[in-house]
Amino acid sequence: MTEFLLEYLPILIFFGIASAMGIAFLVLPALIAPSDPDPDKTAAYECGFNAFEDARIKFDVRFYLVAILFIIFDLEVAFLFPWAATLIEMPDATRAFAFFSMLVFLGILTVGFIYEWRKGALEWE
Amino acid sequence: MILQAIAFWILAGVAVSAAFMVVAARNPVRSVMWLILTFFTTAGLFVLIGAEFLAMLLVVVYVGAVAVLFLFVVMMLDVDFVELKQGFLQYMPVGALIALIMLAEMAFVGASWAASRGEAAAQPPAIPVSASNIEAIGAVLYTEYVYFFQAAGMVLLVAMIGAIVLTLRHREGVKRQDIGKQVGRKRDEAVELVDIEQGEGIG
Repeated sequence: MTEFLLEYLPILIFFGIASAMGIAFLVLPALIAPSDPDPDKTAAYECGFNAFEDARIKFDVRFYLVAILFIIFDLEVAFLFPWAATLIEMPDATRAFAFFSMLVFLGILTVGFIYEWRKGALEWE
Repeated sequence: MILQAIAFWILAGVAVSAAFMVVAARNPVRSVMWLILTFFTTAGLFVLIGAEFLAMLLVVVYVGAVAVLFLFVVMMLDVDFVELKQGFLQYMPVGALIALIMLAEMAFVGASWAASRGEAAAQPPAIPVSASNIEAIGAVLYTEYVYFFQAAGMVLLVAMIGAIVLTLRHREGVKRQDIGKQVGRKRDEAVELVDIEQGEGIG
């Protein structure tokens, strides 16, 4: 168990360095950068003209559709990983079953994929 | 072992406080950022108990996709959040009730786990402990739990179709390129030769 966790030590060190750098980039400018604010300097910069509206605007709902379809196929791929990792080591009796159960799963999602293709959900107007 | 305990307490503490900040943050975009921190620390907790695959899944699916979707939703909700918070006290009883039910359920799960701990230890584990997390999942997910697996597929299908049905609107009057139509166009339906008298024009 400890050996397994030791494999994650580089990631921990990486996290430490990354957060130290992140904090340094926040703290150092606050300490050493010259600061002389005025209303124009602190205003949100928008291509050289005055900002005329809130940054939070309504997005087209299509962005949401693309994002949710992405999540669904992301999950589909997530299910593929353990399957690909273990299929070769399974006993022969269960391997074929496991193989075809994944094909059925992919088939179900392909139905959805065909539906979304025919509906034109992936087309941008 | 002591290092593991320290890591657990740090991660658990950060996860709980970040989860609290999700609720407490005034700006919903910041709430989503705290939520991402919660996901990351939970992934760290998964790694601590040896569930590598779940940890990576949490980062890939939740941080990479779900949190981005939440950001989309938060930005699409063009509502006045001050006004939204005024209903807080009104919804408080319902929220408290749901929280209580969830707490009771978790207490039940914990109590039943504690009560059956002796029995569970007597049963041999179906998967050898030496197998890695992804192998342990793969060994049972596609065979023993095949119905749950297929049910997951159906849920994803329903989600996909639901998302399309709810959000897909074809706008009228949008000019699109139809390559088949373009290529199939004949010369005589596109070009018209007209003899024009000198000095008269065509109009």
